[in-house]
Amino acid sequence: MSTVLDPTAELSPSTRPRLVRPEQLEGLTVGLLDISKPRGNIFLDQLESLLSDRGIEVRRYMKPTVAKPAPVPLRQQIVGEVDLVIEGLAD
Amino acid sequence: MDRPVTQPELPAKTPDETPTMSRTLPALPADGLIAVVKRDCPTCELIAPVLADLQQRGALAVYTQDDPAFPETVAQPIDDRDLLISHRLEIEVVPTLIRRSGGSETGRTYGWDRAEWEKLSGAAGLGPGLPAMRPGCGALNVEPGRREDLLIRLGETGLAARRVDFGNDEDEFEAIFERGWTDGLPVVPPTERRVLRMLAGTTRDPKEVLGLCPPNLVELTVEKVAINAVMAGCKPDYLPVVLAAVEAALDPAFSMHGVLATTMFVSPVVVVNGPVRRQIGMNALGNALGQGNRANATIGRALQLIIRNVGGGRPQEVDRATLGNPGKYTYCFAEDEEGSSWEPLSNDFGIARGTSAVTLFAGYGLQGIVDQKARDPESLANSFAESLKVLHNVKLAPACDALLVVCPEHERTFRAAGWSKARLLEELYKRCEIPLERLEQGALGIAEGYPPGVLKSSRNKFRPGGLMIVRAGGSAGMFSGIIGGWTGGGFAGSMPVSREVKS
Repeated sequence: MSTVLDPTAELSPSTRPRLVRPEQLEGLTVGLLDISKPRGNIFLDQLESLLSDRGIEVRRYMKPTVAKPAPVPLRQQIVGEVDLVIEGLAD
Repeated sequence: MDRPVTQPELPAKTPDETPTMSRTLPALPADGLIAVVKRDCPTCELIAPVLADLQQRGALAVYTQDDPAFPETVAQPIDDRDLLISHRLEIEVVPTLIRRSGGSETGRTYGWDRAEWEKLSGAAGLGPGLPAMRPGCGALNVEPGRREDLLIRLGETGLAARRVDFGNDEDEFEAIFERGWTDGLPVVPPTERRVLRMLAGTTRDPKEVLGLCPPNLVELTVEKVAINAVMAGCKPDYLPVVLAAVEAALDPAFSMHGVLATTMFVSPVVVVNGPVRRQIGMNALGNALGQGNRANATIGRALQLIIRNVGGGRPQEVDRATLGNPGKYTYCFAEDEEGSSWEPLSNDFGIARGTSAVTLFAGYGLQGIVDQKARDPESLANSFAESLKVLHNVKLAPACDALLVVCPEHERTFRAAGWSKARLLEELYKRCEIPLERLEQGALGIAEGYPPGVLKSSRNKFRPGGLMIVRAGGSAGMFSGIIGGWTGGGFAGSMPVSREVKS
C-alpha cells in the first residue's frame, strides 16, 4: 500500500465519492447490461418493460462471459450510448 | 560507575507522541557516557582503543550505526542500525561523545579531540599513541533521505495534510488521475518522503499561510504548495520560485479568480529574473518558451496544479475558458539578463537587478513577429507595432496588456542604435495610436469595434504600463514574440505582479 499527501483543500472525502444518482430517469437513456448470469435476462426483461412503459429509452447489452470484465469496446459503446446502466448482478 | 542502565527513560520528543510510539523507542542510559560511532569512519576506527579504555574506567555505552560488531574492542556495542538513538540524540558527526546525568545531557564533543574527550569523560591520558585531534565523519542518520525516513517512522514530520492510502493493487498514478488531481498529464505521487525533501528547499514554516487561494478562497499553506510542487516534478531548489509565483497569484491586483474564470484565453505566465535563474538552471536562451527545461516546465505547472487542487479551479467548472491555451499546462521562462542591454523586467516593477524575482502576467500563447530585413530601430519598431496592433482584433483599442519578448538579434538592432527599453516603449506607444475611424464598427469591413460617434479621438492599443518588454531566446533567428493578455487587463482586471524570491 502506498500513501500520499492530499494536494487539495480537503473539502471532499478522501475516498472517491460514487457518481450521483439521477433524480429522475425521464429524458435519459438507460442501458441494461446482462452480465451473462443465468436468468439475468428475466430480471432485465422486466425492467425494460417497466421503463419502456414510462417512455424511457432502453438499450440492451450483454457481456460475453460473467467471468471476465466487460471488453473495452463494449464499455466504450455503452458510455457512448446511454446515460446510466443497470445490470443484473446475481442469478 | 555503573554499567549502562537498560531502563527505558527516553522521553517522547513531542507532547502529542502516542504511547505506542514511545514504546518503540530504544532505551538510553540515564547517566554516564555515550559514544556513537560507525565502522565506515576512519576516526571511529582510530579511537576504538579509547572507547575500550573508557569502558574499563566506568560507564560507557557505545552505539554503532552500521555494524553491530564494531568496535570489537568494546564489550556489547549497542546496535543502532535503525538509527533511532542517533536520531533522538541529533547526532551529526561520528564519533560523538555525550555525557548524561540524571536523564539529561550535560555535554558533548564530536570528532576526536583528546582535550575535549578528557574534559568530558574526566579521564586523563586517553589515546596516548593517537594524534591530538582528528575530524569525524558524517553520521548516517543525517544522510540525505535518512532523516526524512526517521521523521516519517516516528510520526514527527509535522505535516498536516490528510494521508490518502491507495490499495495494494491500485496503480498510484492511475489512482491520482481518478481523483482528479492532475492537469491531464501524470504527476509525481506526493509521498511524505518527497514532500519533506521538497520542504527542505525553503526555510519557511510548512504551516505558514500564504493567503486565500482562488477560486474557492481556501487557506493555502507552504505545505500544500510543496505537495503540488512535488506532483509537478519540481526539485526542492525550485520551491522558493514557486512560492513567489504563488504569492504573486494571490495578490488581489493579479485577480487570479477572474483570470481563471474568464472565457478568454489567459492564464498566469511566469517570468523569472535574478540570480535564481542560473542557480536552478532555467532556460532563457534557445527555445526559452518551449519544452525541455525542467525548472521552466515544472514551476509553471506547479502554480497551475495549486490553483486546480487547492483552489478548486477546474476547466468547465469555475474555469470557463472557451479555448484556453497550451500555456495552461505551464508557462514559465527566464529573462536573458546577461545578454541584454536592457534592465530586467522585474526592475520595471521596482525590484532591482540582482534580486531574484518572478513577474506574473495574465497572458496566452505566442504570436510571432518575423522581421529579417530591418537593420534600423525605426523599421523594426514599425514591424513590432503593426504586429502588436492586431492583438485580439485590429478593431479593439485598448485591447489587452501584452508582453513583448524580444529575441537577441532584434535587441541587437536597438542596442546598436542606443535605444533603451524606455525609448522602445515610447516609440511603440507612438506607433500604436490608432485613428478613431479605423476603430468604428464596420470600418475595414469588420462589425467589431466602437459604435460610430462614441470615440472623440484616436485610441492607443495599450493602456499606459500595459505593454511590457522582456528579452529571451536563442542567438540565431530574427523572431520575436508577443504574449497577449486579457481584455480585463489593467486596474479593473489583472495587473502584472512581481514578487521577490525568498529562500
